[in-house]
Amino acid sequence: MSEFSVSALDGLSVGGSVTIREMGRQGMVSLRADLSAAAKAVARVTGAEMPAQRKISAGKECAVAWMSPDEVLILCAADQAGKIAFDLSEALTGQHHLALDISDARAMFSVTGEAGAIRDVLAKITPADIGALGLGEMRRTRLQQVAGAIWFEAGDEARVICFRSVARYVFDLLAMSAREGGTVGYHG
Amino acid sequence: MLTFRCPYCGIDACETELAPGGEAHLKRFGPGSADADFEAYLFLRHNAKGVHFERWRHAMGCGKWFLAARCTATLEVFGTYPAQTPEPPQDIVAAIRAKRPDWSLS
Ligand SMILES: [Zn+2]
Repeated sequence: MSEFSVSALDGLSVGGSVTIREMGRQGMVSLRADLSAAAKAVARVTGAEMPAQRKISAGKECAVAWMSPDEVLILCAADQAGKIAFDLSEALTGQHHLALDISDARAMFSVTGEAGAIRDVLAKITPADIGALGLGEMRRTRLQQVAGAIWFEAGDEARVICFRSVARYVFDLLAMSAREGGTVGYHG
Repeated sequence: MLTFRCPYCGIDACETELAPGGEAHLKRFGPGSADADFEAYLFLRHNAKGVHFERWRHAMGCGKWFLAARCTATLEVFGTYPAQTPEPPQDIVAAIRAKRPDWSLS
């Protein structure tokens, strides 16, 4: 990643029933491997335990999220992603795997506000059971027309990730769902 | 609306998170096979009204292919199981029989 790289929407933000903000450059490393065989290497490089199905585990200034039975996503500082991908590949030498810095392929949003309002805004754009989504759980799903993932960073903040090429679409979707006059009040 | 539990990520996935892959447990007939077998493999499907075995992919989720047994008339789901399963597993067959006593695996 070069010093000239910019995020998809350069920190764009909008208010409404909740506040939506594109989070700028975010480090993301995709690791595909036999997860149980890769657990030691992941612990050594990230300081995090291998997450259980759909869980997110915390490491040293990063988090490791379960994406599928053979894939985890490491969320880290933008300038650390390259090093983490490199270190994982070194630690997994001889094991079939793929560790890749995918930071520039993705966009991340923060959705902040009142807990119920956040869930309402998200529930309008995904078929996922947002009411059942707990802290520390990664939910890959559909955001209207495109694939994305949602998790709760805290009770009053959700994070949304999607492919960079559809960042504007997802931002507009969240903004429309949060527009004044569209509050639902379903999630209290 | 159809809801399948993905056997790989455990999510109860709405049909709109999934991509359909047609009938499951087809036996492939490739180059060198008899014309009739090749035709059947390519084109001929049970198209059952009732119990049906299908392939689905959790496209907007974990990305994995899985197999499902459901009723095409009522959309009742009898169960889902991993794609690496050559024939319907015993527990799925038992679940179908419990609901459809007249049904048999042909
Ligand atoms: Zn799945």
